[in-house]
Formats: sequence, structure tokens, C-alpha cells
Amino acid sequence: MPAFLIPAVPELFMAIAAMVLLLAGVFREKDSTAILSWLSVGVMAVAVGLILNIKGSGTAFNDLFVVNAFTSFAKILTLIGAGLTLLLINSWAHEENVARFELPVIVLFSTIGMMMMISANDLISLYVGLELQSLSLYVLAAFRRDNARSTEAGVKYFVLGALASGLLLYGSSLVYGFGGTTTFDGLATAIKSGPSSVGVIVGVVFVISGLAFKVSAAPFHMWTPDVYEGAPTPITAFFSVAPKVAALCLFLRVLVGPFAPMIEQWQQVIVLISILSMLWGSVAAITQKNIKRLMAYSSIGHVGYALIGLAVGNEEGARGLLFYLLIYVLMNVGTFAVILSMRVKGRYVEDITDLAGLAKHNPLMAAALAALMFSMAGIPPLAGFLGKYFIFVAAVNAGFVPLAIIGLLASVIGAFYYIRIIKLAYFDEATVRLDKPGLLTGVLMAASSILMLVYFIYPAQLVSGAESAAKALFLG
Amino acid sequence: MIVASLAFYLFAIVGVISALNVIFQRNPVHCVLWLILTFFNAAGLFVLLGAEFVAMILVVVYVGAVAVLFLFVVMMLDINVTMMREGFMKYLPVGALIGIILFVELAAVYGGWVMSPDAQGLRVVPAPLDMPNTEAIGAVLYTDYVYLFQGAGLVLLVAMIGAIVLTHRKRTGVRKQKIADQVARKASETLSVVKVETGKGIS
Repeated sequence: MPAFLIPAVPELFMAIAAMVLLLAGVFREKDSTAILSWLSVGVMAVAVGLILNIKGSGTAFNDLFVVNAFTSFAKILTLIGAGLTLLLINSWAHEENVARFELPVIVLFSTIGMMMMISANDLISLYVGLELQSLSLYVLAAFRRDNARSTEAGVKYFVLGALASGLLLYGSSLVYGFGGTTTFDGLATAIKSGPSSVGVIVGVVFVISGLAFKVSAAPFHMWTPDVYEGAPTPITAFFSVAPKVAALCLFLRVLVGPFAPMIEQWQQVIVLISILSMLWGSVAAITQKNIKRLMAYSSIGHVGYALIGLAVGNEEGARGLLFYLLIYVLMNVGTFAVILSMRVKGRYVEDITDLAGLAKHNPLMAAALAALMFSMAGIPPLAGFLGKYFIFVAAVNAGFVPLAIIGLLASVIGAFYYIRIIKLAYFDEATVRLDKPGLLTGVLMAASSILMLVYFIYPAQLVSGAESAAKALFLG
Repeated sequence: MIVASLAFYLFAIVGVISALNVIFQRNPVHCVLWLILTFFNAAGLFVLLGAEFVAMILVVVYVGAVAVLFLFVVMMLDINVTMMREGFMKYLPVGALIGIILFVELAAVYGGWVMSPDAQGLRVVPAPLDMPNTEAIGAVLYTDYVYLFQGAGLVLLVAMIGAIVLTHRKRTGVRKQKIADQVARKASETLSVVKVETGKGIS
């Protein structure tokens, strides 16, 4: 293999594997969803191994593609989220009789898009990765094509996503018009030397708007509740985990990379987006009755907290953001495993009140739910608290005391609706009796909740992973 | 020079008029036809800029494929235009206001446009003067930018898979032509020669 391809080996492997799996699915007579899903998870696992095998940093493809400790961390996190949710998608598809072999293939392609986004070192490669990811997500949202809500979610996501891509492209064209180049290194030079003109600032604001849409930060969050509610549940789980990680890491890379000299201009925008997301995510979730809509608002709020780490704009903030994302992924997979176990006589239910009295007939599931919800709310000593703690400490150290205080207030408001779910499960009378969770969902929710509970005993290992990733980001 | 200016104004004016017609025509088929005219004029403008490759791509891809596809879609789907225009007047003031504000802002941005002093030096692929631009694009597209080329290929593959997943369905009871079976048929299996006596017929 030529040396210039080595940094991109994981992506190349995944792309080729995805195409081989596609062909295998087409030519096999029988339905091969299950086999392809497990093989796709295997491909992702191999990709993690290949990523770990890349040492140091480097670029490939004429500087369009970059790898370093930061991209490796972000990619592994994305792959973990994608792999776990793909398992959920597979078991759901068989239960609901919508199994089609394209499902794992599209998930795989979308994951490749995310990895391309994370490794982008040029505005064009950023866009190609983003589009590969988004296009796959639109298809996944509409995957239950005979279901009106699923197709509505797909169309809504597609139209609004196309608009956001348009904004991003328009911003990129303005930035290109200013700098004469689209490479991140070139843009950094151009912005550092020249006075930041109005044109490039407007361009950066457009780029930020496009990316804020992709991470569903307020005020660009309108699509989130509808899409999360309409899309099939395990696909919602996928939406809330893998693309979030990829888009937030991309956000971080773009702003502290080429646009770092303009920190004074973009910082205020990010602070505003972060405050709006935290507050809206907390307040609007209170009135929700559907658990998937609730998770949508919860994810808007979580993105708000993560963006504090970006707004701080230094290494400590980046470390906080990465660590927060790590906790968020593990926590969300567990929570969606619980949501996927909400079934009455084989039929999926989505109302929050269906959880009432869960502790009486299924104490283990209720305990897992309680641990996850306390962690989401950020109650010490659970893992969710540690994530928020690092973010807020970074903000305070950098002098963003009001931002940290607003974040604390928002998490207090948010705690109300998380804890209300626990109250429903433990203190209310049961209206329906939920089925026993399946093996996979059971294992996932148990693993995730135990991780949340015991995390504080030994957090140093993963914090150091986030730390070296953040360091690599600021080195170059 | 004067010919070039005249050509520019011709293409620009016809382009703008046909673009407006795309929006304002009531009949969707007419809209698509005006769209094709717009593409042709834009291609003309690209030729004037010396970007003949982009001009040809515009004609071949957009007029030849995309616009014809639009035309098919518009003709095949029964789109009720009056229903789609419902609420148009209701949202017009807000939409117009936002549009005007955005326009003024962008005008201000372009009015005070400043380029980075490094911009000239930072250009990655300046247009070479000694070769036609089709050749110049070909020289970098499959070498320096092969990553983006392949990435775009993946995007199109996903689009194709998506379109098939969301629309294709297996129907039962449909008779399909099986060419192999037809070719493999032998005369002895299907034909039988019957001797018929005159005036008797076959029972």
C-alpha cells in the first residue's frame, strides 16, 4: 500500500467492505439483514482496530484528509455509538418485519461519512463527508415507508437538511472568496494575516448556522422533535448518538482550526447558541408526553452543554467537550435500550405514562432507568455529573462565569423532567404492564447503567484519552 | 470587445427574464421549459468567462438530464398548483421582509468586500494559461482531488440505494418476461403437427 494512503486506511477499508456487503446482499436470495448487520458491526470493530494502529498524525490525499489523536478519539467514539445502535436496529427490524439488507449498508455508509467529516482538512472534504452522512440519515428516517410519520420525518429532515447544507455552502463560498483557498491550513494563514473583513465574518456565521443545524442546537433545532418522534425508535437512537458526535467534533475542528484567529467573532455566536439550547432543551421538555420527543429536547439540551466547551475555545474546553460526548454516547445507548424495551404485548409504546409502576413488575429495568435518568440530570456521583463538571470547570477557569451559572440553572430545570420519569416508575400506579426486555436491550441497558454508576471510581483512564485528543487538536 | 459585452447583456437579460418565468408561470411544464432556457443562458455566460467546460457540463447534465427528469416528474405527477399556492399571500409579507433584509445585508457585505492579502499566493490550483480548462480540470480531478471524486461517488451510490429502498417493492402476481426460458423453448415442446382429414375438423 502506498504510504500516502496509510492515514486513510480505516475509511478505505470500511468503504470497500460496505460495497462488498451491498453486493452480497443483492445476490443472496434469502434475506440477509441479520448476517450483514453483524458483519457491519464486525467491520466497525476492525476499523476501530485500524484506527488504533495509526500512530501520530499525518495527512493523506493531497492534504484533504488529516488524522491525529483528536480524529482517532472522535472516530472511535462515533464507531462505538454506530455499532451499538446498529445492533439495536437489527433486532428491531426483525421484530417489526421491516428487515431489509440495505439497512446495515446505509448505516455503514453514513458512518463512513461521519469519519470523513471528522478527518476533513478542507472545506470541500468537509462538505462531501457531511453530505454522505446526511443523505444516509434522510433515507434511514423514512425507512418505514408505509408509515406516514416515518415518511414525514424523512421528508422534513431532507428539506431542512438541504437548506442547512445550502447555508453551509454559501458561507464556505464567502470564506473562499476572502481567503482564495479552501484548505484549513491556508485559511488559517489568510485569516491570521489579514484584517477580518465583514465578508469572512458573515461567511463564518453561515458555516456556523449550517453546522448548528446538523448538531440540532437551538435556534436551529426545529426539526429535531419531529424527526426523532417520526423515525423508527432504534434509528432515532442512531441519530442521537453517532451523527451528534461527528458533527460536534467537526464543529470543534473547524472553529479552533482555520477560524481560530477569529475567536472573538465566533465566540459570542457560540455562547448564544449554547445558552439558547440549554434553556430551550430544559424548558420545552417539561410538557412533552412522548418519550422520543422528550429525548429530542434532552439531546438539544446536551448539545447546549457540550457547546460551552466549544465556546471556551481552549484546550480545557475541548477536553470537556470530548469527555461530555463520551458520557453522552454511553448514556444515550442505554436510555434508548430502555425505550426499545417499552413494549406491551409485543407492540411498541412511546408514552411516558406507560412507564408508570415499572418498579413493581420489573425492578431491574426500573433501576437501570433510574440510574440513566439521574446520570442525564447530572446528579453526583454519576457519570453524567462528571461530564457536566468538566465543562463547567473549563468555563469558570476561562472566565465564563455567567455561562456556567446559566448552565447550572438549566440543568436544575432539566432535572425536573428526568426525575419525573423516575417518580413515575417508582411511585405511580401501573396502567399497563410492559413486556420483559429482550436479551440485547437488557444487556445494553444493564451495561450502560452500571457504567454510569461506577464510573466515578476510575475516571482517569478515559479523561486522559480526551485530554491527549484535545492536545492534538490544538497542536495543529 | 463590444461583441462580448453585447453577448453578455443578451445572455444576462434573457437569463433573468426566464428565471423569473420559472417562478411565475402557472403551468409547471412551462416552468421547466423556462428553466431549460435559463440553463442555456447561464452556459453562455460561462463561455464568456472562459469556462467552457462548466458551460458544456451545464448543458449536458442540467439540460440533458436533470431538466428532462424534472419534465417527466412534472408530467407524471398530478401536482395541484393552486393548492400549493395556498397561503402564498399570507406568508408573502414576512417572506418579502426577510428577503429584503438579507438582500441589503449581502449587498453591504459585497460592497465592502476585502480579500485577504495572501489570497493570491494561497490559491491551490490556479488556472493554467497554457492548456484548455477541460484538460486542466482533468489533470487535477483524478490525481490531487481523487478523494473528493470518490467521496462524491459514494454520495451518489447512497442516493441510488436510498431511492431503491424507499420506492422499490416486490409485487406478487406480476408476469415478467423471462428471456432465458423463451430462448430455451424447443419446437417439440410447443408445436404438434396434426393431420386433419378434409371436412372432419378437430374434436
